[in-house]
Amino acid sequence: MLCDDCGRHEAVVHITQIGPDGRVEKNLCESCAAGYSEFAGVPQQDKRHVSVDDFLRGIFNSANNVPTEENRGTNAAGELACPRCGMSYQDFSQTGKIGCAACYATFRQQLEPILRRIHGSSVHRGKIPHRSGGTLELKQNISLLQQQLKACVEQEEYEKAAELRDKIRAMKQELAAKEGGRENA
Amino acid sequence: MREAILQDNRLSWLQPEGADNDVVLASRILLSRNLRDIPFPNRADLHELGKVEERLAGAIPALQAVTEEPMLVMEMEKLSPLKREVLREKQLISERLMRSPQHRAVYLTKKQDISLMVNEDDHIRIQCITAGLDLAKPLKKAFAIDDILEEQLDIAFDEKMGYLTSSPTNLGTGLRAAVLLHLPGLVFTRNVSNIINISPQLGLAVRPLFGDEKEQPGCLFQIANQLTLGYSEQELIDNLRGAVTEIVAHERRARKALALYMKERLEDEVWRAFGTLSYARLLPEKEVLELLSRLRLGMDLKLIRGVAPECYGQMLLASRTSFLQNLAANENLSKAEIDRLRAQHMRRIIEEHQVSLEE
Repeated sequence: MLCDDCGRHEAVVHITQIGPDGRVEKNLCESCAAGYSEFAGVPQQDKRHVSVDDFLRGIFNSANNVPTEENRGTNAAGELACPRCGMSYQDFSQTGKIGCAACYATFRQQLEPILRRIHGSSVHRGKIPHRSGGTLELKQNISLLQQQLKACVEQEEYEKAAELRDKIRAMKQELAAKEGGRENA
Repeated sequence: MREAILQDNRLSWLQPEGADNDVVLASRILLSRNLRDIPFPNRADLHELGKVEERLAGAIPALQAVTEEPMLVMEMEKLSPLKREVLREKQLISERLMRSPQHRAVYLTKKQDISLMVNEDDHIRIQCITAGLDLAKPLKKAFAIDDILEEQLDIAFDEKMGYLTSSPTNLGTGLRAAVLLHLPGLVFTRNVSNIINISPQLGLAVRPLFGDEKEQPGCLFQIANQLTLGYSEQELIDNLRGAVTEIVAHERRARKALALYMKERLEDEVWRAFGTLSYARLLPEKEVLELLSRLRLGMDLKLIRGVAPECYGQMLLASRTSFLQNLAANENLSKAEIDRLRAQHMRRIIEEHQVSLEE
């Protein structure tokens, strides 16, 4: 087929334009299609996004194929599905997207190796929400102070170390009180 | 008010301010958050998406403590596709927010430095942008917004995996920090591909803002962190800033070499660009991007002094096709009409920014 615009080259691009005269369909050659480049920009970006998803799909699939102990268990008991949104592991490998917050708990065992492959780690070390983070923030602060304490001892700054030690002790008491309180409740 | 935001060609974060602004245009922080008890947007039904919108709308007024002004909401469904595209050209929303407009919305400040996307890939995406190389300031702002939202909404969080997101590539911190760079020196000396190739080893991704691997009109690049889990936000932005500082040094070296060994050709290119932008009657999008890059380089190297540097950001925005179509209130302009309009805007902005050279 020849290009509708120039009539000289082989048509390789099909476009649909919706304008004041209604729907116009055209078959264009590469150089004529370049004249419509403002439109061509969008699908190009699309392609990039898709490739990320493709990549994830691949990872999900390959992880699924490794017959680990857990995988066999779930497969034998039928497909494991998220109780809240109904997403199955198969869905992940098709969309590359997780369905809801509960999925992460449901598929934790399958997801962890994938996370390690994407990020090189599967443990969060960043910001913690004050309200829903529970005692985690306190725990993280304690381990931070413990690191500082170690550094102080190594540099023989004992006064500062003593200060830190008292702080850690107070925080640990606070933690114990909070956790104890929760158990009683 | 909403129309004024769409038509405004001054973006606060495109002003020539901030650290290293000869190379770094802007720094951006994006935080992804989700509500705990509602499926992520790709899995939620319309009713659930509506619930997210509703709950967020209730939490927004409290943000005034950070934004210092009430935020404006723009619902995607109520905007024409052209107006959505203008918001995207201004980097205020992403393409994915436009794709399925039902129950998708964006909250904006008048200065357009903070935007909050609702029901994009995640329920909430907080975006803060500032001019120049400064990741700490927008991160602080985004954290403050996150804290206020978290006080009112139950956010999906796991002790071990951090903030839960619809894509496992954002899991943990949910942080995407990005820096917008202008790299004409490295493009001209053909060193950009090295930087693009090295960056994955540093956990970073570089992509051109316009164009593809082969050609990058405008010489604008965005560099962002790829890893989100296992590092704190501070570590992630420190890593990014370290890489950017290195790139900035290389870019300056390349510019210095150009100014030293090819002075006449460089001056010629820069002044030709200035001349074309000042007088041309028809300007296609790609050509304008190339000319603007040279003009900016000329201003940064102090070769061109007759025009105030603020013009670059305005011209960059006024070079965008949807922005022009929206200004003209006509979606059916032909390519030639748009090129004419574009040239007209370039001439006007340069005229407005002329400064007298008497010193």
